[in-house]
Amino acid sequence: MKEDTDIRKDFPILNQEINGKPLIYLDNAATTQKPKVVIDRLSDFLSKENANIHRGVHYLSMNATTLYDEARSCVANFINAENDDEIIFVRGATEAINLVARSFCNEKLEPDDEILITEMEHHANIVPWQLIAGEHGARVVPAPITDEGEMDLDQFESLLNERTKLLAFVHASNALGTINPAKKMVEIAHRKGIPVLIDGAQAVAHQEVNVQDLECDFYVFSSHKIFGPDGLGVLYGRKELLNKMTPYQGGGDMIETVSFDGTTFRPSPERFEAGTPNISGAIGLKAAIDYINDIGWETIHEKESLLMNHANESLGKIPSIKLIGTAENKVPVLSFTIDSAHPHDIATILDTKGIAVRAGHHCAQPLMKRLGLSATTRASLSFYNKVDEINQLTEALKEISALFES
Amino acid sequence: MEDLSDLYQEIILAHNKRPRNGEPLIPCTHQAEGFNPLCGDKLTVYLRKSDEEVNEIACNTEGCAISRASGSIMTTMIQGKTVSEIEKQIEETKTLLTGDEEPEIDLAQHGDMAALVGVRKFPARIKCATLAWHALESALRGEVEATTE
Repeated sequence: MKEDTDIRKDFPILNQEINGKPLIYLDNAATTQKPKVVIDRLSDFLSKENANIHRGVHYLSMNATTLYDEARSCVANFINAENDDEIIFVRGATEAINLVARSFCNEKLEPDDEILITEMEHHANIVPWQLIAGEHGARVVPAPITDEGEMDLDQFESLLNERTKLLAFVHASNALGTINPAKKMVEIAHRKGIPVLIDGAQAVAHQEVNVQDLECDFYVFSSHKIFGPDGLGVLYGRKELLNKMTPYQGGGDMIETVSFDGTTFRPSPERFEAGTPNISGAIGLKAAIDYINDIGWETIHEKESLLMNHANESLGKIPSIKLIGTAENKVPVLSFTIDSAHPHDIATILDTKGIAVRAGHHCAQPLMKRLGLSATTRASLSFYNKVDEINQLTEALKEISALFES
Repeated sequence: MEDLSDLYQEIILAHNKRPRNGEPLIPCTHQAEGFNPLCGDKLTVYLRKSDEEVNEIACNTEGCAISRASGSIMTTMIQGKTVSEIEKQIEETKTLLTGDEEPEIDLAQHGDMAALVGVRKFPARIKCATLAWHALESALRGEVEATTE
């Protein structure tokens, strides 16, 4: 197993001071930091290998095409997709969801149809469905959660009905940390013949994902949340569904033949990748996945559960702190409130101590409303964090509590 | 807590805990809401105003310490002033909080608002400090809503 100090050295950004204090980066649910292997890979590609793909006969173009295809293959292995063609590169998880809303749901939705989501969704898994539902007189229905932040599976099942045309839910909640029983939820939906999209943006950095085992129809995530570059996301879709879907955007690379009488389209993935894609991003994502595989899930789990247990215990001892989201199965996300201090004030004071956290509604306003909150402060961890960083967070929160209660 | 002496001073914390003129003023002659969609700060400014003068003012805020303190301090500075005096005060406050040049603090001119000048070091929080003042401007103009976006 890699020693902690070696892991820290892999991430150059961690070795710096913010506001005169060593950086303590606890905003990993917003974006993860990049290991040097990813930074170097991007730099190497742009310095020595850059060219456009799929259209050149010259060496650099053919080589870039191979690298891009290898990246697709690497992602397919990473989530255990059956075929490389089932992996579509987009701008991010948000665009992947919009693509499914536009290209899959557009032809399916009739007036009074329903898309079932959950109360714990990120806006990215609410708004695209509202837009497409609105165009067809259909509606988006939220399945309720418990006060602890877990799915109420009985109510969930009863909401899936003959009008439900799609189930879309978050694998792990960005605001609460809850890991949903994804396989079970897919199974319940499939029993009723309802296709399923899983938003894996917060799950992929913390656990091995196997789309064939989950049996989901679509799975989406963003590269920047798993140590890769931003501006790149992944849509996984089952091949037979993808090749029946209408294109999302038109342009170069996605066509078979174009004439002014009409155009025919290539199958997936090119069908959905109009124009020059984010080539360096895909190559950077491959470097990130190689890095994760190199560290290994066992090490990641061990380090993250150690940190999470310590954080739960330490923050749990501060009487003024209320943890929001206490599901049994969680990714390392700690959302909390302090009665006397607003989350933005907490985050600003933590920032003066070099501690980076997120404060606000976490792009989940309906969830905040459900919980009767306007905002929370969120510390989200990664395997490169240290126990000592949790201790410093704890001390800082005690001080903040005392300051606002005085 | 010496690091925080710049922004979270006692004066701010006291206004946050017990805002002055913080209850809704009903009935009133003018009223405007301020909303910062980014962080969720929400406030309402109420005025009882004649043609020339604001006789009474209240600012009811749901939000962070900076927005609550700013609104509270604002009400103490505005009460009983003429409209032209208030307009001058709004401009001075904007310059104090957002002007390009580091301001010279003049307690006679800026009053307790001087305590909020530390917000200049926190660009993400400046809108929290200016929200109440934007809403006051809207209320004076007879508009109903101010937003920082």
